[in-house]
Amino acid sequence: MSESLIVGGLVVDPSQKLEAVRDVLVRDGRVVEVAAGLSKRTALKGVETVDAKGLWVIPGLVDMHVHLREPGRESDETIATGTKAAAAGGVTTVLAMANTEPVTDNPSQLAFLRAKAAQDAVVTVLFAGAVTLGQKGERLTEFAKLRAAGAAALSDDGRPLMNAGLMRRALEHAKDAGLLVIDHCEDLTLSNGACVHEGPSNLAKGLKGSPAAAETVQVLRDVALAELTGGRVHLAHLSSAASVEAVRLAKKRGVRVSAEAAPHHFALDESMIPGYDAAWKMNPPLREKSDREALLEGLSDGTLDAIATDHAPHGCAAKSLGMDQAPFGVIGLEASLAVALTELYHKKVLDKKRLVARLSAAPAALLGLKDKGTLEKGAAADVVLVDPDAVWTPAPPFRSKSRNTPFAGRRLKGRAVKTFVAGRLVHDAAA
Amino acid sequence: MTKDWRRKDLLGLQELSAAEIELILDTAAAFKKSPPKPLPAGRLVAFLFSEASTRTRSSFEAAALRLGVKVLSFSAAGSSLAKGETMLDTLLNLEAIGVTHFVVRHERSGVLEDLAPKVKACVLNAGDGWHEHPTQALLDAFTLREKWGSLKGRKVVILGDIRHSRVARSNAWALKKLGAKVVFCGPTALVPDGLSGLAAIEHDLTKALKGADAVNVLRLQLERMEQGFVASLPDYAEAYRLTPERFALAKPDAWVLHPGPMNRGVEIASELADGPRSLILEQVANGVLVRMSVLSLLDSGRSA
Repeated sequence: MSESLIVGGLVVDPSQKLEAVRDVLVRDGRVVEVAAGLSKRTALKGVETVDAKGLWVIPGLVDMHVHLREPGRESDETIATGTKAAAAGGVTTVLAMANTEPVTDNPSQLAFLRAKAAQDAVVTVLFAGAVTLGQKGERLTEFAKLRAAGAAALSDDGRPLMNAGLMRRALEHAKDAGLLVIDHCEDLTLSNGACVHEGPSNLAKGLKGSPAAAETVQVLRDVALAELTGGRVHLAHLSSAASVEAVRLAKKRGVRVSAEAAPHHFALDESMIPGYDAAWKMNPPLREKSDREALLEGLSDGTLDAIATDHAPHGCAAKSLGMDQAPFGVIGLEASLAVALTELYHKKVLDKKRLVARLSAAPAALLGLKDKGTLEKGAAADVVLVDPDAVWTPAPPFRSKSRNTPFAGRRLKGRAVKTFVAGRLVHDAAA
Repeated sequence: MTKDWRRKDLLGLQELSAAEIELILDTAAAFKKSPPKPLPAGRLVAFLFSEASTRTRSSFEAAALRLGVKVLSFSAAGSSLAKGETMLDTLLNLEAIGVTHFVVRHERSGVLEDLAPKVKACVLNAGDGWHEHPTQALLDAFTLREKWGSLKGRKVVILGDIRHSRVARSNAWALKKLGAKVVFCGPTALVPDGLSGLAAIEHDLTKALKGADAVNVLRLQLERMEQGFVASLPDYAEAYRLTPERFALAKPDAWVLHPGPMNRGVEIASELADGPRSLILEQVANGVLVRMSVLSLLDSGRSA
């Protein structure tokens, strides 16, 4: 029996509407009790204690959108390095996308990946299965079999599913299989090979841009199809004001739609991109200030349920090809909590409970993870100790194998001090 | 003459001050009056052109030769560039061979931004993607300034495919810094409103031409038709060809410019291109002077 007591921290747990100084008792990887003054209880004398005075104690972050590059591109990231990055950022559960090489579109590859994760991962790794075979957008994968093999969601992320008829069937089958479909909304005929957002700064630089409407038309399509099928659809990494508004209206009508925002989209916009630096290139691209402000509003009013990084590692050689030719994507796991604290909490967009809800409770609920995103009795002891005021500057080398992030060199306020997964310490900033 | 000049590279006009642009034009004007002394011995220019060019390359070459600069025979097509050697490796190797000036044309916007600081040689942008073509805009500004004395308060319409035009962007930066009012005109698909930070935007040619002191007509790339930016060349010409009737809406003493190569009868009527208000061949002649000016100023910036 292993037992420990996290003492004197400010417990912020939106699932229990709790924001108060409490002690947290953990036994055998589970939360046993959250209460005041546990450290003074006679029965708990001698239990190993973790001092959390002056820190927040929150349920571990659930990042429902990451790319771990395994199998296929282990030079950019692996399950081992990606989950170390997650632990350092206070992320205790990740959903790995299926755009691996080969694509994760069948039960045997899922079984392989889950075995690999059991061996290599320091945080919980869930896997999405592809919606279509090879993510080619032609034939659906076997949803019931994927679910039986442990798929946690379905997504063709990275390769937008353009065929609306197929998307309709996917939502119907996913509803029957009880799996969430996560869609990367992009009309490829509108984005048309662009490398950035079609906005004033990028137009002046002579870069080929994609309009925000490339995303929004697919958001509106997905809303219509969710309404048609009664299925659930989750919209990944929304980037534009019009998309946020479309989701807001759909939710009001009762459509089963949810959405996420990525730290880079709510913290940065196209006018900030230095020159032609591909560390600032991702898909969807950074849009305009008005879009960024709409994302903040969406996070504030809950139109955007979750914060997810779209952690997308790429090696330096690929990223040095320049804005037009470098691959899309930025890493995010090590800085997402810090960016959220800096841009959302310290700038008073979200209070503590709502911040933790977007980072942890909401994505856990979307993925149907009953014992994550909460510190209720019996929950997994995935716990993060947060210093909300620690000032630091991300700089390579990172725990991730890659270093493609626009946040390098940017002053951030707040970070994970200690991260526990099932009661086990997997990150200690002091170590 | 060169004491105010500190740059070794000319990548774009956005980053240049009005004073720097004036200095380039003044230097070119001085060269027109009396031919310059040759640059010090040992100067060697290499042309790295990954896109076709007639005017710009010949003009740069003539400018170099008139300054006594030797020209290295180098063709990007048969070179290691084509074999996948990185651009930086190519520049470093040519620099090791003794090249002091690179004149580069590339299909990618912003390609020189990272490269230029990594070599000691001067880097001259001869057109990068849709981004900038600084010497073209400098020669356009030079030609107009020669006619007017000053660009202050003048209205210059840039007509055509602005979206894909490095000439339009460089012109907007240069002309605005020199005090002119710039209007981008063309169909919405080719003149996105997002460019309103660079120039005023007017999709109606009739309105744009009213009170114009000059019209700079851009070439319409034929491939834009396949991409749906224009339905057909005749359809484009119907609304946007600069004809004598339309040009009459501009000021009576207005000038016509075109950076070439022209599609006669598509974006511009031949009688205007060849008529008394056309500056097209003067532009070409002035191009050599402006490029001599740039080569020598940058050379002084390199040695400084």
